[in-house]
Amino acid sequence: MSETADPKTPTDAEALPTAIDLRAEYEKSGVAEVLDELDRELIGLKPVKLRLREIAAMLIVERARAAMGLSHETPTLHMNFTGNPGTGKTTVAMRMANILHRLGYVRKGHLVSVTRDDLVGQYIGHTAPKTKEILKKAMGGVLFIDEAYYLYRPDNERDYGQEAIEILLQVMENNREDLVVILAGYADRMDKFFESNPGFRSRIAHHIDFPDYTEDELVDIADGMLAQQNYAFDDEAHELMRKYVELRRKQPHFANARSIRNALDRARLRQANRLFTTSDAPVTAKDLSTITADDLKVSRVFTMGVPDSARETGK
Amino acid sequence: MRITQGCFSFLPDLTDEQISAQIEYCLSREWAVGIEYTDDPHPRNTYWEMWGHPMFDLKDPKGAMMELDDCRKAHGDSYIRINAFDSTRGFETVMMSFIVNRPKEEPKLDMTRTDTRGRSQHYSWKTARG
Repeated sequence: MSETADPKTPTDAEALPTAIDLRAEYEKSGVAEVLDELDRELIGLKPVKLRLREIAAMLIVERARAAMGLSHETPTLHMNFTGNPGTGKTTVAMRMANILHRLGYVRKGHLVSVTRDDLVGQYIGHTAPKTKEILKKAMGGVLFIDEAYYLYRPDNERDYGQEAIEILLQVMENNREDLVVILAGYADRMDKFFESNPGFRSRIAHHIDFPDYTEDELVDIADGMLAQQNYAFDDEAHELMRKYVELRRKQPHFANARSIRNALDRARLRQANRLFTTSDAPVTAKDLSTITADDLKVSRVFTMGVPDSARETGK
Repeated sequence: MRITQGCFSFLPDLTDEQISAQIEYCLSREWAVGIEYTDDPHPRNTYWEMWGHPMFDLKDPKGAMMELDDCRKAHGDSYIRINAFDSTRGFETVMMSFIVNRPKEEPKLDMTRTDTRGRSQHYSWKTARG
C-alpha cells in the first residue's frame, strides 16, 4: 500500500470507475468471513467486535478510494487494550495479528509478544539495540506489549524504560505501514502510563476497553473451553456451573475467564481422581469426557469460604 | 573501476525495492540475512566487517532494510554487501551474497607480474586508490 496517491494513477476520468458497489466489495474481500469467525469464536466483547467492524469498513472504503484515484493514507492502527484481569486482552491480541493480515493491513501477520524485560536493557547502551532487535523481528506483523505500563517507572528518573519508549514512539510514527503496535494492561495503570507519556496516547488511534463478562457469557465460555479439550458437562453439572459462576463473581479476586479456566482445571483433576478411585468396570470415552456435578460440588466456592483460586489469580 | 563480486554484479546496481525483494526471497528460504561492509574490495578479502548480528529471526525484509539504512548512514562510502546464510545441515554456508552499496569513487585493482624461476610468472593484485 503506497502512502500517497501513485503519480502514475491515470487521472483522466474515463479510466476510473464512477461508482463502486461497497457491498459487493465487502463480499469479495473475505472480510465478512473474518468477522463472522470472530463472532462465533469469541463470546461477548461487543466493543472489541464493533471496533473491528469499523476497521474492516475503513479498509473497504480505503480500497474504493484508491480505485477511484482519491488520495489514501495508511491509517494508524496502533491499539490499546484495557480491561480487568481475564477479560481476553491477550487472546484478542493473538487473533488481531491474523485478522489484520487477512484484512490486508500487515504483510506477514505474525505476532511478537513482549514484556518490559524484552525491550529494556540492563545497563547503559543495552536498551536501544535490544528494542531495535524486537522491532526488526516484528516488522510486517504485530508487536504486542503486555502490561506496557511497566515500561515507565516514575520512581526512577534514570530508568532505561524511557529510552525504549522513545524508540517505540519513533517507529510507531515512521513505520506505520510496516507494523501495528498493541499495548495491553489494566485500565487504571494504563491511564497513569499515558498521563506521563502523552506522546503515546496521541499515537494510538484505538483505545478499546474490554468489559467484564456477564454470567451467561461466563457459562458459555466454560462450555467452549471444555468443548475445546473434548470434555462436556452433564446436565446437572451445567446447572451447577451457573450457580458456581454466580457465587464466584461475588467473591474477591475474581478474574473473569481466567477464574473459570482455573475452576475447570480443578474439576478435571477431581474427575480424574473420581474415575480412578470409584470405577471398577472399564471406562468408556463418554466417562472420560464427562464432568459431573460431583466434580464441581466439592469446590470451596459453594461453602462460601475463601475460594481456593484466590492465590492463583493474584495477577 | 567498477568492482564486480557476488550475485547480480553484472547488472546495474539494485534499487532498494529490488534489494527488498531479494531479501524477501532469502527469508522465504529461511536463510539468515547478514550485512557486512569494507573499504577493501580485494577479491581475496573475504573477511568484511559485520554490521550487527546476522538476522536469524526476521519475517519481513523491512527489518533488514532498516539495518541497511543505518549501515549506509554510518558507512556510506564503503562497500556494503548482504549475505544470506543457510543453516541446513550439509550446507551451512552462504548461499547468496550481493553488493548493495559502493563508494562514489571506487579503488582500482592493480595487477603486477613477477618473474620467478624458470621464466614462470606470478600474478598478484592490489587495491589502489586515486
